[in-house]
Amino acid sequence: MKATVTVMLKNGVLDPQGKAIAHALGTLGFSGVQDVRAGKVIELELAETDPGRAKAAAEEMARKLLANTVIESFRVAVDG
Amino acid sequence: MKAGLIIFPGINRERDMAIALQNSFGTAPKMLWHKDTDLGGLDLVVIPGGFSFGDYLRCGAMAAQSPIMRAVKDHADRGGYILGVCNGFQILTEAGILPGALLRNASLRFLSMDCHLRVERADTVFTNRYQTGQTFRAVMAHGDGNYFADATMLDKLEAENLVALRYATRTGEIAAEANRNGSARAIAGIYSPNLRVLGLMPHPEDLVDPLMGGADGKPLFDALAAA
Repeated sequence: MKATVTVMLKNGVLDPQGKAIAHALGTLGFSGVQDVRAGKVIELELAETDPGRAKAAAEEMARKLLANTVIESFRVAVDG
Repeated sequence: MKAGLIIFPGINRERDMAIALQNSFGTAPKMLWHKDTDLGGLDLVVIPGGFSFGDYLRCGAMAAQSPIMRAVKDHADRGGYILGVCNGFQILTEAGILPGALLRNASLRFLSMDCHLRVERADTVFTNRYQTGQTFRAVMAHGDGNYFADATMLDKLEAENLVALRYATRTGEIAAEANRNGSARAIAGIYSPNLRVLGLMPHPEDLVDPLMGGADGKPLFDALAAA
């Protein structure tokens, strides 16, 4: 079953990449972009078939490696 | 003091660090591979700079999970000496041996230039050949050197006097133009609570001989050699 881990910088942590993207969008003529935050998405293909256990496993992986919880928050979605 | 270096795939500063250590210690440091599991009786573990594992996921994230890091953590817990420079500092934070994290430079630019570091305390095994408040020149070469910790942790580091070095002007003033990567409270390096672990972003090993353009970093290695 597939688990999707979305990792974002925590609110309050400066996101210079988001700021640069917002600036570039403005340069391209896209007006009204008030804020941009950039993060990453990690897709896991898991042997586990129970959605609850798959989610718990992916959360453990996120805490131990996929996210640095000093600066990042994460959320896990399970499907399939 | 018996010194050694940890080599991870993708690092590129191990030879410079070995030269700096040999220069002060008089003997070549032991070189350990990331798959090793034993430090072989080292007193000082040095984690040099570079781009371990291609900086995949986050700088230092992969290296922090390498087999050797279990031994490095045990070494830290036993009160052993550790020096982490640049990627080595990032690895120490990712491994949880030092607090905080290194974010992308605020300018988003890779910074390759000299900076001046102000010595915040001169009573540690790393800095006792400098004076408190003195500045020395070092080389920055990083894309992710923007030190971050939450306000509680920053206050704690300051209250416990664990800030080792700050980015400053040549005369020791803290100023935005001297803090090129945007680090919180201009922090360039921090100590562990027992003052045995130092992590810093700039490279003191790049200036240890007049032939390199200066020897500003040599007192740090001389102090360690004498410990």
